[in-house]
Amino acid sequence: MTAAALLVATVFLACAVEAIEALTIVLAMGTTRGWRSTLYGVAGGLAVLAAVVAVLGPTLTVIPLGAVRLVVGGLLLVFGLQWLRKAILRASGFTALHDEAAIYDRQVHAARAATGSGGWLFVTDRYAFTLAFKGVLLEGLEVVFIVITLGTNMGSIALAVLGAALAVLVVTVIGVAVRAPLARVPENTMKFAVGVMLTSFGIFWGAEGAGVHWPGEDAALLGVLAYVLGVAGMAVGVLRRIHRKHGAAEPAGGG
Amino acid sequence: MRAMRPLLAFGYEFLVGDDWTIAVGVVLALALTTALTVAGIPAWWLLPLAILGTLALSLGRAIRRSR
Repeated sequence: MTAAALLVATVFLACAVEAIEALTIVLAMGTTRGWRSTLYGVAGGLAVLAAVVAVLGPTLTVIPLGAVRLVVGGLLLVFGLQWLRKAILRASGFTALHDEAAIYDRQVHAARAATGSGGWLFVTDRYAFTLAFKGVLLEGLEVVFIVITLGTNMGSIALAVLGAALAVLVVTVIGVAVRAPLARVPENTMKFAVGVMLTSFGIFWGAEGAGVHWPGEDAALLGVLAYVLGVAGMAVGVLRRIHRKHGAAEPAGGG
Repeated sequence: MRAMRPLLAFGYEFLVGDDWTIAVGVVLALALTTALTVAGIPAWWLLPLAILGTLALSLGRAIRRSR
């Protein structure tokens, strides 16, 4: 029950962060170039992502669980540590926080400046279609891997897909309601939480895939989670002190 | 081959990201854990410690680069 709740929470948060970033691009295209081609682009991106889940999901379930856990644990660790590293650097002031409003303004400016974009088939504006398609596909690909890897290990891809679908639904509903980029969402805190959870799952399953038997069996996952949270929290504290002490240069732009 | 280049670049960016030391650290830590387990040595402690070291190394590199 605890593990299932953690799974849904992790996928929900990871997907929400990426959906917020995709929403910024989609809103910028839709409001400046028109919604028709933009929405075709969104639908195209979502269709490709669904196809990846449909193909990779069942494939992973036929590979022996030990091998899957080793590979999946490694992938989750790489993704988790990347998210955590980014979130720690932002929280401590070494990297600028992700600013959706500024990104939206840049996208709108670029979309207005882009001219002469023709169309093909039912797409009337190739620029809007391509940007929306790429935005949804690239932001969504990492979430798809998280859905597949967590879902396979927990034995429920459906539950992971549910968490992702809920996040897309919530972000879309809020986005349609406010018709502006979701700049006030605590995106870095969400990224930090996802980083902690992915890293914890990665340590737990990666070690199991390598043949380790955890003391306390499945309950060890909670211990690993507390350990990773403690390490990440300590890293933020230490780096904040270093940043204040040395008065680091202007924060570099964050991706 | 030229057509494959963007795909390989995307794959590298997707899997390795901003800092290659994370991917290398994870692979080494998993390999060492497997080796210890095969040798019959309990190794549940190794991955948490290795991840601590990898994260510290990667953050240190990022801070040095920002100065």
